[in-house]
Amino acid sequence: MTQFLGAVAGGVGLGSVYALLALGFVIIYKSMRVISFAQPAFMLAGAVLVSYLSPSIGFVPAVVVGAIAIAGVALVVERVAIRPMVGKAVFVIAIITIGIDIVVRVVAGAFIGRDPRQVGDPWGIDAWEIGGVYIAHRHIAAFLVTTVLVLALFAFFRWTPIGLAMRASALDQEAAMAQGVSVGAVFAVSWALAGGLAAVAGVFAASGRTMDQNLWHIALAALPVIILGGLDSLGGAVIGGLLIGVAQQVVASYHRQWFPGLDTNIGSITPYLVMLVVLLVRPYGLFGTREVERV
Amino acid sequence: MTIGTPWGRPELYTDYKQDMALLNTRAKTLGVAAILVVAALLPLLVADDLLVILGGGLVLAIGALGLNLVTGYAGQVSLGHAFFVGVGAYTAAVMAGDPDGRYLGLGIDFMPLWLLGAGLIAALFGALVAPLATRLRGLYLAIVTLGLVFIGQYLFFEWNDLSGGPQVGREAAKPELFGIEFTVDNGFKGGWTEEQKLFWLFLAVLVIAAVAARNVARSRIGRAFAAIRDRDVAAGVMGVNLTHYKVIAFTLSSFYAGVAGALMYSASGHFTPESFSLLMSVQFIAIVLIGGVATVSGTIMGALLIALLPRIAGELPAFVPFLSSSASEHPNVFEFEQVMYGVLIVAFLLFEPRGLFGIWHRVRTYWKSFPFSY
Repeated sequence: MTQFLGAVAGGVGLGSVYALLALGFVIIYKSMRVISFAQPAFMLAGAVLVSYLSPSIGFVPAVVVGAIAIAGVALVVERVAIRPMVGKAVFVIAIITIGIDIVVRVVAGAFIGRDPRQVGDPWGIDAWEIGGVYIAHRHIAAFLVTTVLVLALFAFFRWTPIGLAMRASALDQEAAMAQGVSVGAVFAVSWALAGGLAAVAGVFAASGRTMDQNLWHIALAALPVIILGGLDSLGGAVIGGLLIGVAQQVVASYHRQWFPGLDTNIGSITPYLVMLVVLLVRPYGLFGTREVERV
Repeated sequence: MTIGTPWGRPELYTDYKQDMALLNTRAKTLGVAAILVVAALLPLLVADDLLVILGGGLVLAIGALGLNLVTGYAGQVSLGHAFFVGVGAYTAAVMAGDPDGRYLGLGIDFMPLWLLGAGLIAALFGALVAPLATRLRGLYLAIVTLGLVFIGQYLFFEWNDLSGGPQVGREAAKPELFGIEFTVDNGFKGGWTEEQKLFWLFLAVLVIAAVAARNVARSRIGRAFAAIRDRDVAAGVMGVNLTHYKVIAFTLSSFYAGVAGALMYSASGHFTPESFSLLMSVQFIAIVLIGGVATVSGTIMGALLIALLPRIAGELPAFVPFLSSSASEHPNVFEFEQVMYGVLIVAFLLFEPRGLFGIWHRVRTYWKSFPFSY
């Protein structure tokens, strides 16, 4: 039981990272109907930037500055490479984001360098022990920060004018334009939000370990999350993120007992396996909008 | 073959068959013949180290033709191509492998057999994945096929008897036909070198693959693919059986990937399961987009360009002083090479969406109507 609870605690921490990343994917998808494969690069770039900033200005300011800076990078990318393609096939835009991902990721990766580099978080690998269950501080921090950010995001969409504009253009882009919504601004804000969220996610993904080039694989595992939650469901992204995170940690923790024949831990591909099963049953995810189509 | 009318009105087609012919203009016939002659003579003219790269490009072209069939012609985005290439590579290695060796092997030396086997097993996997494709559309499909790469790589890592395990790997299938051993170097005895023989082999397979792809594209199947790509609902209304043709697209594409995988490592003779990562899938996507979506000639151009990219990057430090050729310094040529994939993908999609084929098309149109601008 303690093993299970420990795995769940770790899973909630990992799931929070997934939820942040998945929110970015969903925000961009809702505004442009495109999946941005550039999220992994923004996440890595955010973590690397924070690791450079935090020794000089402290961890929390570094995260804030890093998130804003990556949001700025995302803005530039959107304006330069994505905006000219609006109206083209979504597949083409998605592939462009793959190209951007490669460029940004390699440039950010070049700054990791040879020496072990850390984001400078105050938690490290400290943990509380509650009844035999180890709960790492960084997982709790990830969960709390994600909760705050999610509440802030929902409030943003609910009560601010630009949030209303984003909801309107997600519902019907042409009707929103007819009402005077600047769809260009909506695109820009959605990319900036996604970039900032990815940077924060990158910090939590990199905390408690040294930075390496493979950090971006975590962001790819957030893709099954949005499939599970449904591409256009913000709530689905959060719930899906936590579900996938917990499932992955539980499987990783019980790997020895359940699959004694397998050497490599199967936890790493659990998100993809869950995704396949869910898609076979519900092709539009758990909370996604079913496309109505009659032939 | 009669082209146009016998009295020489070029490009006057009197029936549909002439318009759809494989070589529908005289210039095309001559051009293709010239390219084939040059390609066949290339091993005699070019140094062996460049020949390895070009040969690699030809194999990449075979795999990319498959991806172009499913993604370019049929419009089903697949990021899982690396998985099918891997299935092909391992099938070939097992079929041709030594039965008494450390890893699985059946000891079938006859090359056409393991080449077809690799294609067929990969095609089988493609057909197994295809039902997912028929349920999913667009980006959902892209993500599921991306998952396929990770799951496939896990299996390759885990099944040590098959793959030799991570970072260890196993020997690739050695091409051998009618007593000709393609991987044995006879250059010092006055015979052909390994590189020359492999280039001819790859060229022969590529020509067969390209003609087959072109024929698929201009047949009923190809028209159904194009209809599905342009609007699947409309295609369904016209009576195109979506499930049926999507399964065909995935199966064909995986067959090409399997054949490419079987040949991909014959030059180096050894491969590890790390090869079949997302990076390889992206490389194939890059080839298709840079070369030209839904074109056969463009795919081949794109594959050669991508294959030459490491070489081009390797030559750069001589001209660009800040670029290092050592992997431990930044910025280095390996990073430059990767960045170039990304930059080329973005630049081509933004400025020349039809790829290298589009550039060629523009040059051709310019000279066709010279000295008039249109």
